[in-house]
Amino acid sequence: MANPAKPMSRALQRREDVAGYLFMLPSLIFFVGFVVIPMFICIGYSFTDANMNSKTNPTTFIALQNFIKLWGDKTFLAALRNTFVIVLVSVPAVCAFSLWVSSVIYKLHSAALSAFRCIFYLPVVTGSVAVTVVWKWMYDNYNGIFNYVLTKTGLIEQNINWLGDEKFALWCIILILFTTSVGQPIVLYVSALGNVDQTLIEAAQVDGATDFQVFWKVKWPQMMPTTLYILVITTINSFQCFALIQLLTEGGSGTNTVMFYIYRTAFKLTEQQGHFGYANAMGVVLAIFIGILSAIQFKLGKEK
Amino acid sequence: MKTIRKVLALVLALCIVLALAACGGKPTEESKAPVDPTKGPDATQTEQQPEGPAAASEISVWVYPVGGWGEESKVKPLIDKFTADTGIKVNMEWLSYEGGDDKVNAAITGGNAPDVIMEGPERLVANWGVNGHMVDLADMIDDTDRQEILPAALAAGTSTDGKVYLYPMFNVAHCMAVNYTAVKEAGAEANIDLETRLWTVEQFDATVKALYEKFGGTVAAVYCKGQGGDQGTRELIRNRYGTKLTNAEHTAYTWNTPEVINALTDLKNMDGIAFDASLAGGDEIAKFYQGVLKMAFCWNAAQQLDPNAAGTGEGKTLSGDEIVYMTFPTQEGKAPEEGSGVWGLGIFDSGDEGRIAAAKQFIKYMCDSEHCAEAGDISNFFSCRSMAEGTEIKSNNPLLVEYYSKMMPYMGEYYQITTGWAGARTEWWNMLQEVGAGNDIAETVAAHEAAANAAAG
Amino acid sequence: MKLGNSARSGTYKAVSVIILVLLAFLFLFPLYWIVTGSFKTVQDIYATDPKFFPTEFTSNNYERLLSKRSAPLWELAVPFSSQLSKDHRPVYFSVGPTVPAAFRWLVNTVFMGVMAMILTCITASMAGYALAKKRFRGRGIIFALIVCAMALPKQVILIPLIKEISALHMWDNIWAVIVPTVGWPFGVFLMKQFSESVPGEILEAARIDGASELKTFSTIVVPMVKPGIGALAIFTFINSWNDYFLQLIMLGNGSNYTISLGIATLQSETSIDHGILMAGAALAAAPIIIVFLMFQKYFTQGITMGAVKG
Repeated sequence: MANPAKPMSRALQRREDVAGYLFMLPSLIFFVGFVVIPMFICIGYSFTDANMNSKTNPTTFIALQNFIKLWGDKTFLAALRNTFVIVLVSVPAVCAFSLWVSSVIYKLHSAALSAFRCIFYLPVVTGSVAVTVVWKWMYDNYNGIFNYVLTKTGLIEQNINWLGDEKFALWCIILILFTTSVGQPIVLYVSALGNVDQTLIEAAQVDGATDFQVFWKVKWPQMMPTTLYILVITTINSFQCFALIQLLTEGGSGTNTVMFYIYRTAFKLTEQQGHFGYANAMGVVLAIFIGILSAIQFKLGKEK
Repeated sequence: MKTIRKVLALVLALCIVLALAACGGKPTEESKAPVDPTKGPDATQTEQQPEGPAAASEISVWVYPVGGWGEESKVKPLIDKFTADTGIKVNMEWLSYEGGDDKVNAAITGGNAPDVIMEGPERLVANWGVNGHMVDLADMIDDTDRQEILPAALAAGTSTDGKVYLYPMFNVAHCMAVNYTAVKEAGAEANIDLETRLWTVEQFDATVKALYEKFGGTVAAVYCKGQGGDQGTRELIRNRYGTKLTNAEHTAYTWNTPEVINALTDLKNMDGIAFDASLAGGDEIAKFYQGVLKMAFCWNAAQQLDPNAAGTGEGKTLSGDEIVYMTFPTQEGKAPEEGSGVWGLGIFDSGDEGRIAAAKQFIKYMCDSEHCAEAGDISNFFSCRSMAEGTEIKSNNPLLVEYYSKMMPYMGEYYQITTGWAGARTEWWNMLQEVGAGNDIAETVAAHEAAANAAAG
Repeated sequence: MKLGNSARSGTYKAVSVIILVLLAFLFLFPLYWIVTGSFKTVQDIYATDPKFFPTEFTSNNYERLLSKRSAPLWELAVPFSSQLSKDHRPVYFSVGPTVPAAFRWLVNTVFMGVMAMILTCITASMAGYALAKKRFRGRGIIFALIVCAMALPKQVILIPLIKEISALHMWDNIWAVIVPTVGWPFGVFLMKQFSESVPGEILEAARIDGASELKTFSTIVVPMVKPGIGALAIFTFINSWNDYFLQLIMLGNGSNYTISLGIATLQSETSIDHGILMAGAALAAAPIIIVFLMFQKYFTQGITMGAVKG
């Protein structure tokens, strides 16, 4: 099953098995216990009409009905679309922005460098709930600072209902997500840039390469592992964006995401027939999409 | 390095123990418990309860922010008194209207529901009650109680098969409010009848128009961020042309009527009225209190006495403007139907006789004893009963008494007990959001009514 | 041409720095607003034109925040007492003095973050090493599972998870938040990537010298993957700090809240009282920001080397 570099003797294989599993054990307890088992139960539920009121409403097996229903559920499809908009916008934006910021600041004076690094990191450590409280006020329809500044400077005539308007709400949420996500990538990129092999850069410059060429041909390949790491953590963060939606829009104004809809279906719409099964079916569909996305990312990593 | 190894070994051992404990988690339910925390010093106190099983020494009580019951400082003295009198320790937990349902439902899912919960019939009866999560309280209500408790409130707390899932505590008529100082500045005070607090749709529209011309911006918001405070928008819309939102048997929703569609069309086209998907009921009150909005639709006696529990005095906005409560506007000659609010206590069926007994003791103390008046005063609402165990229950607050004399005659029936109400409320605010976004009103209403009725089954 | 090039890059740099400074204000603003807002009077907070600086400083917001709820500073339970006791209530052997609940929330939050961090680092570095260097049978399947589960949001498994945690009598206990965080396999994945860079010859040499597996791991592998552990520690700590969702469904009683959950509850309860909210947010942000500023260098270095090598 494993692909050993060279064939091993049976005793050696057993030794490796024992040692390997002993080292895996502490992690497996948590991983299997609190991720894998719930994951399989979740798959099981998704074929039933399980619900909160099992006393009055026993669970039955309904095969693929939940998935068929999902296919025609407009709310779910909109939520799926929003989820992917969030991920597909915020992940590249975070990566590109942090790369740009790092390339500007890494050559600055060390005091300026650490000041910038700190500032961009602050929203991360302030905590998303605390930050959300402020952003809610900044986006306020009546006295928010954005409307205040924009109307005072004459850029807009009427207040914009940032969080109440379908045209803006999702982008407002992405903006907050963005500010709370770029901190770590910037820190990572600054150090990666600082660690690039100087001799290679000098050699390239001697050969007459422009700054742009040096960046893409020499520095970028060396930063690939960092970029991959950033891609992975940003994707995870973007998928798990929950507090922002819960606290700002409750999934209204076109900001519903699959994660939020699962939560709503599970714990708010509790008299809907078979709502647990339905919520779990959504989870399964989302997991499949995420699996595909992870596989692609992983493939890219392998090629590198 | 030796220490690292020791630490590692320790952690490994810990993990294994944890794993064993995790595996052994379920069987221990039957196994003998080595430690019995109920054998505390106050366990002896339970002898006070002669009939039935011995009451547990500790219960958990979760309350939604029903008027002043949402504030720990106001509630705590009464709870402490209860503990002193009965020896039962109470673990209070305060819920919010935004996240409370989720929290209770999540707790039910895991079998961790509290013993006692305070909220209205739509949750206690129509949702948790009929789905078998609650204890029938019929044995707590004898003939005297039936005479003393407001019949409408008791009816609201009773399911169709006659089980009482909610012991009524207090009630109120939901109404709306205007910033009277601003109305006077706009020269529209002729529309406001301080004596009757009634007004017609024409007077309301004229007031909005005057306020809009004077102050611009948004005079009042049809808030629709979520379900919080949605009784306000419901009553505003249904009173405008006088209709009901459910059928007489409360089995189906009847939103798709010309009255509702016309009301939505009027409001959508009115200058100064905005459909605002960034506000829920609580936010709307905040904006009204701040002086930004000149009218509030999410209003009742508790708000009038203490706007949004901010503790800044009765009937005044932040800048000291006078707040006047009004009925919802109706067509000429038609009496308004204000939203009915009933709240009370219910018991989650934990299967533990001792805890249920203690929970019943708590309800008896709060709803049917001389402490009933105090419990009512905390809420800033009106008690559901006139007498309790020989004590007359009345409010000492003249403002509250005045509010009741003016508003209670118009209190409508409690209609939010149709099955599928949680789904219907979601449909309601989504409908308002779509109307606000400019979708075709008739189509939107029809679609959401259908979805709400689908949820009602 | 060379000159033109550098002049152009000089302008580019100057413009970039100006843009960055402007952006810095946007990033600093929330924190500035929280801190100043927490000292503002009600009048300032609700002024229709925003007041960028308090006209008058008041500690009133903090006083109200601290008087709003109370809880014991700590409650130490006998391990597994809630699993073993008859009514599944934990048995406390030490209960702290009653303090404003916000302090208890801070204690809970720090405990949660630190425990999740320590447990994740230990379990993940061991498992990552095994996956990278041990040719045991079944590792392909385990690794595939890990990659699949890595980006999965916890919402997906919330219903089974809450049932499981409840069946283990861990609901409404800070461990209910810690345990799923530790189970999240991202750390294992990360540590596997780091452990790949440990040269096999050194491990082989140690084995020939007769060093035990555990000794090889603790004396050779751990020092070599230290940067990775640092990166993982920070990632886990911040992630568990911000994992509002899990805290929301797993914690029931006010005294078990984390500070994020506490503030969110205050927000929905008193949507009007921004003063209390700002004070709460400031209180929540202060400890971690102080820690961050103190160890800023360590934070950033730890992450760096690791990621490059990975």
